[in-house]
Amino acid sequence: MAECRGLGHSVQRKEDARFIRGQGRYIDDVKLPGMLYLDIARSPYAHAKITKIHEDTAMAVDGVAAVITGKTLEGFKLAWMPTLMSDQQMVLPVDTVKYQAQEVAAIVATSRYAAADGAAALEVDYDPLPVVVDPHEALKPGATKVRDDKESNHIFHWEHGDADGTDAALAGCDTVVEQKMHLPRIHVASIETCGCVASWNPVEGHLTLYLTTQAPHAIRTVVALVTAHLGLAEHKIRVISPDIGGGFGGKVPVYPGYVLATAASVVTGKPVKWIEDRSENLQADSFARDYHITATLGSKKGKVAALKLDTVADHGYSDAAANPSKFPAGLYHIATGSYDLENAHVSVDGVYTNKPPGGIAYRCSFRVTEAVHAIERMVDLLARENGEDPADFRLRNFIKPEQFPYTSALGWEYDSGNYGAALEKAMDMIGYQDLRAEQAEKRARGELMGIGISSFTEIVGAGPSKTFDILGIKMFDSAEIRIHPTGKAIARFGTKSQGQGHETTYAQIIAEELGIPPEDIQVEEGDTDTAPYGLGTYASRSTPTAGAAASIASRKIREKGRKIAAHLLEADEADLVWEQGRFYVKGSPDRAKTIQDIAFAAYTNHPQGLEAGLEAISYYDPPNLTFPFGSYICCVDIDRGTGQVRIRRFVAVDDCGVRINPMIVDGQIHGGLTMGIAPALLEEISYDADGNITGGNFMEYLVPTAMETPHWELGETVTPSPHHPIGAKGVGESATVGAPPAVVNAVVDALWHLGVRHMEIPMTPARVWNVLNEHGVAATR
Amino acid sequence: MSSHQISVTINGEEHTREVEARLLLVHFIREELGLTGTHIGCDTTSCGACTVLLNGVPAKSCTVFAVAADGAEVTTVEGLGNGGLHPVQQGFTEKHGLQCGFCTPGMMLTSKALLEENPDPSEAEIRWGISGNLCRCTGYVNIVRAVQRASELMKENSDG
Repeated sequence: MAECRGLGHSVQRKEDARFIRGQGRYIDDVKLPGMLYLDIARSPYAHAKITKIHEDTAMAVDGVAAVITGKTLEGFKLAWMPTLMSDQQMVLPVDTVKYQAQEVAAIVATSRYAAADGAAALEVDYDPLPVVVDPHEALKPGATKVRDDKESNHIFHWEHGDADGTDAALAGCDTVVEQKMHLPRIHVASIETCGCVASWNPVEGHLTLYLTTQAPHAIRTVVALVTAHLGLAEHKIRVISPDIGGGFGGKVPVYPGYVLATAASVVTGKPVKWIEDRSENLQADSFARDYHITATLGSKKGKVAALKLDTVADHGYSDAAANPSKFPAGLYHIATGSYDLENAHVSVDGVYTNKPPGGIAYRCSFRVTEAVHAIERMVDLLARENGEDPADFRLRNFIKPEQFPYTSALGWEYDSGNYGAALEKAMDMIGYQDLRAEQAEKRARGELMGIGISSFTEIVGAGPSKTFDILGIKMFDSAEIRIHPTGKAIARFGTKSQGQGHETTYAQIIAEELGIPPEDIQVEEGDTDTAPYGLGTYASRSTPTAGAAASIASRKIREKGRKIAAHLLEADEADLVWEQGRFYVKGSPDRAKTIQDIAFAAYTNHPQGLEAGLEAISYYDPPNLTFPFGSYICCVDIDRGTGQVRIRRFVAVDDCGVRINPMIVDGQIHGGLTMGIAPALLEEISYDADGNITGGNFMEYLVPTAMETPHWELGETVTPSPHHPIGAKGVGESATVGAPPAVVNAVVDALWHLGVRHMEIPMTPARVWNVLNEHGVAATR
Repeated sequence: MSSHQISVTINGEEHTREVEARLLLVHFIREELGLTGTHIGCDTTSCGACTVLLNGVPAKSCTVFAVAADGAEVTTVEGLGNGGLHPVQQGFTEKHGLQCGFCTPGMMLTSKALLEENPDPSEAEIRWGISGNLCRCTGYVNIVRAVQRASELMKENSDG
């Protein structure tokens, strides 16, 4: 048998052939005949009444064909659109803007430059209104009210767990630590911004939407629902998600620009392209994080006993989070992490402020990063309060391998894990004890060196349909596989790669199940006219859901193949044995039919009573989520003169269950780690008291370059998921979730002897230098 | 808006066009010539997705006017390889130096220029050399390996 290179093989990626030749087809590469361009005029104020929009000032610009305002849209009942969290947000304001850079009007023109000229020329009269940017201030009585249609700035209160039991348990603890921490606003900043080309065909009543979306099918349904009153219907809407230049959660929501381009195409009868620029991307697209957390963790006789998290979540002017419907705070209640503790309670209060709406994930499965940051910081603090090394404390308090499946105090059933093995491996790889000895020597010399650990547990692969839906649509995902007569295949999925390499990994899963080599399998995603319905790619769900569907659909094909093979071999089905790529007659391994033989027969010589053809579809509804985990150890040196934190070494041991393509898994972890240290050290979007954004472009919002990024050192353990068909878990986001507290713990560790107990992020040189200065250790000339 | 006639040699082929003075080189390449392998990521010379070689030197074409490239030789990703694969393209493929592919053309052109100037760069030199190009997917480790692999391949080619 030829090697079919299924699971465990670092197969080179099928998609690279076009990418390395510059032949990827991204949104801005879509060019249709007669296409117009749309640009957006945006508000300079964070809160203001619009008194007049002088449309004539834009229309006077050469090439401008139309100006669309909130009043235009109001006529079509499209000025507002629903969010996924039962809130609403403006497509364009009818009278009031709620954040700086909010869309005010759309300008449609014959060229990209003319559209931009029109947006720049548009004069708008504003009456500025009072602004509230601090969510704590927004909750006070008498605070400026952000939303005219709401009673207050308080959006929701959500809580989970046993509040009284947790308070009682904390009261009974001998050691309790409390810490406030803010996880600031950040932005995924994929290198490709968002955009779309809307093409309305008035004769056919058909809309084609080329769109940077991670969830094309869900978008199609949303468009059908919000435009039904205008006569659009789902069978006349085709969403095509082309090659995506990075998503990370930022390409899940529906942005006003998409709706505007669609409206403009309907109004003009021509295709309309909208591509946002980087400033618009950072200033107006959904943000991530912005959780203000008060955490309390207690232990009794060295055993972790109770966790409490009280949280204020700044959602901007609308709750436009991209969470499953029943989870206003996402999966934040994974907060007990890797630890065996009996009492926990978490609460989140969502608040309106004069900022852009959100929040979405930043390469993370629905607020898991916030939860992991809290528990991993608190465990470190509690370890030291107990006078114990943070590694030893973790090893003692981990959920033990024999406790799986493990039901957490907050109700999750963890599928599998071996946390101690991962941490011990990371400690071996980095030489933990040697580093501690080095640190003691350096400390004696006045040098600042720190070692930080994070032993995270993730929760990915939403999800079981009994719990998880988006707008009522259950969060299954799908695979449809067709085997052609010559034994080659096409497979289509409801997910959508944004760089994860689905064309390769899905092909490998099918290769493993059917023995057809990956290069003989064409994988397609992103066209709602051809792919089966699915909820898309985010929250590390592709492998847990659509990857599982690929297995199940393959197995259906194999079972039909068994009937065909029995017919061809004139044998009883029960006497056939499957080995990768062929059936043979038990005891006579030479009497065999390959999957290619079977495929040919399915079209040329199928048994009577059996339908011709060889294809299958699976809509996979996972029985549970998967719980990837890992242990990271970060070693930092701090420059006493500049406050610069330099990551000297970073060891990451990940366990994502069975690995399909180890090369791709490592690549996902490298990228995730880099997006993990980014918010720890560099990235933040903040606002001044007037609601003016800082960090709204790449000169101020600092994405890591190759210089700030260390050489990642990876290790692995493999604890299969017991419920996934091939034992795999998700991995795309683990590192982003796990890395930040490792860096913070390392910096706090470097400064612990000075009395430093906490560092807020990002730990910029200025912030760190100020702490050094306060403690009298900043080097000065 | 004044317009000007310019002649730019792109990937060995001369193109003469009448362009607005303000037209950016990246739009000239993408919109006028239809070479969409050169991408736009930021408009502020920060991300390097639009990097091309301008007379052999990496330049961020989102902040170069097309008229400033009059008479220049420009290489874009479409001009790498000449039918086969350039060692840099080979290295990026073998070492998984790309994921979404959006930064890749600019990253490869920067790498090509780096290797032509310094055929055997250290890891630190590679990191410094590509630090004007942002990648959000790979974490750079495999890009460094890709450039190292390209360096090997280029040496093998020149030895052969």
